Amino acid sequence: MELIINVLAATVVAGTPLLLVALGELICERSGVLNLGQEGMMLMGAVAGFAAALSSGSLLVGVAAAIVAGIGMSLLFAFMAVTLAANQYAAGLALTIFGTGLSAFLGAGFVGSSIDGFSRVAIPLLSDIPVLGRVFFDQDPLVYVSFVAFAGVALFLRYSRGGLLLRAIGEDPEAANANGLQVLLVRYLAVAFGGGMAGLAGAYLSLAYTPLWTENMTAGRGWIALALVVFATWRPERLILGAYLFGAASILHLVLQGMGWKSSTELLAMLPYLVTILMLVLLSWNPARTRLNTPLSLGQPYRPGS
Amino acid sequence: MLLLERRPVASSLMRWASPLLALILTIITGFVLFLVMGKDPVEGLKFFFITPVSDLSGLSELGLKMAPLLLCAAGLTVCYRARIWNIGAEGHFLMGALGASVMAVQLSASSGFWVLPLVLLTGVLAGMLWAAIAAGLKTHLHCNEILTTIMLNYIALNLLLFTVHGPLKDPFGFGFPQSVMFADSTLLPALIPGTRLHLGLAFGLLAAVAVWVLFARSFIGFQLNVVGQDHRAAAFAGFSVRRLTWFAFLVGGATAGLAGASEVTGPIGQLVPQVSPGYGYTAIIVVFLGRMDALGIVAASALLALTFIGGEMLQIAMHMPKAVTGLFQGLLLFYLLTCDAFIHYRIRRKKTALQPLSAAVTTAPQEA
Repeated sequence: MELIINVLAATVVAGTPLLLVALGELICERSGVLNLGQEGMMLMGAVAGFAAALSSGSLLVGVAAAIVAGIGMSLLFAFMAVTLAANQYAAGLALTIFGTGLSAFLGAGFVGSSIDGFSRVAIPLLSDIPVLGRVFFDQDPLVYVSFVAFAGVALFLRYSRGGLLLRAIGEDPEAANANGLQVLLVRYLAVAFGGGMAGLAGAYLSLAYTPLWTENMTAGRGWIALALVVFATWRPERLILGAYLFGAASILHLVLQGMGWKSSTELLAMLPYLVTILMLVLLSWNPARTRLNTPLSLGQPYRPGS
Repeated sequence: MLLLERRPVASSLMRWASPLLALILTIITGFVLFLVMGKDPVEGLKFFFITPVSDLSGLSELGLKMAPLLLCAAGLTVCYRARIWNIGAEGHFLMGALGASVMAVQLSASSGFWVLPLVLLTGVLAGMLWAAIAAGLKTHLHCNEILTTIMLNYIALNLLLFTVHGPLKDPFGFGFPQSVMFADSTLLPALIPGTRLHLGLAFGLLAAVAVWVLFARSFIGFQLNVVGQDHRAAAFAGFSVRRLTWFAFLVGGATAGLAGASEVTGPIGQLVPQVSPGYGYTAIIVVFLGRMDALGIVAASALLALTFIGGEMLQIAMHMPKAVTGLFQGLLLFYLLTCDAFIHYRIRRKKTALQPLSAAVTTAPQEA
């Protein structure tokens, strides 16, 4: 029982960076913009967060720096993809390649340093609930931030006027524009939100998950998050389930090794990527259903009046 | 107030000026970067762009790095022309290296003219197999190829790591995760005697020629172009999008697989975990920079090969982090896409002062 609780708690921890970055991308895609640069923005968030926390001695400063770095990167993307109406695939790939290079360059001096990352803070009362208390309410503060972000995004999309406008723009920017909505402004805001969340997810990796910086430390999580949004059919409730599912897949090799199962680390490390492909297969085999759920204008640049 | 206005016709001048502009902007940024870091910018740029290619051994090193980039880019060009966003060249490359290595180790005791071709063929087939997975997932299960190919890249990397830590590990390698050195019969011959430049570059140039023939002279090339420009038109014309997708993926897998095979049988001579410094990803930049054109990708692969050597040079000569390579590559692609916007758009000054009334009317929809 103790083992199961520990595994579940570790699953939530491993799923948190995926949840954070995927929530940001969900909002971004709901506005009709596909940003493939998640990996680059996360890496920049991770390196900025680590560098700021190390030099200031404050983890909160680190988190703030990571969010700012993520937003900064996303604005570069927004300038290309929204203002210049560039191909979103190419612009997103460019962001990932650029972010990977820039973060490795900036972080070269920080490899090998370490800091004291976020530690667990039990929430009074809630953490006393059997099993669930330990799994969900005895975690580090950024995990709680991810719960709040999830609730915020879910409520925003479902109940707020802003959520309605965002979805309208994602479905039909022409019609939204004709109704007086500022399509480009909303898309900028959505992309920036996605950038901030990706930066935060990066900070989670370098300040909580493994409090250190290494090149390419995201290990494809930005890409997995993109698959996760498809898996969730652009719905936050499914997104949180998916994030923990992928979290479980990514710690499975540790669990199996802990149980004394002899298997190659490298082969087990493939699991999250294999699970991602499997999920894509299960969700995409029926193209009509995918079309029904995808925001209609996703990936298509929009220029008012041209 | 500046305004972005759609050109009536795409500018073909801008199409080719854009890569040059992007390079100039990258160099300017590099200049500023050196200044900020307190290094001599002129010297830094000289070490990056000129020193590596100032003698024969430097040029042969350039050709050495060009070979895998050009091979991968040739295959990706076929995919991207048809708007198939295959970013799996890295995975195809790794599988090619892995397949060729398995065969080379098996044949280490054999000699004969057939040994090397068989080793290379195994690499090609391994790359094609990896591409076929993504092709099947796309054509039969409608999975987005960007996500599947990137996942397959990570899986291929782990498969390669497993192999060098396990089945192919050299028992006398002092515990290092690497295979035995390959026998001479499985190594690629040198292209210029006395240098490390090997036959791989010739494969790359041949691939570029093949790309030119495919798109300038063949019906399949025409069909791929049509699919890329208008999916529905291709369907109306009766082209089989499914077969063309398979064709593009298999070509991409074959060339990148050959690149991987040439790398382990060429300069490296064994299978090591760091067989690729990201050639498959850099090849994406090569394709965009080379305008998806045969001659263009040859020039672009030379430039990006230079960024690999230039980065190493800066590391040795000026103690800069090696990551400067990735930074230059990223900047270049970024500037390129920004400049590319002006192929389809041009900048206009908003005429608010001249004709206040009519301007207000015509710009109203834009303000809304």
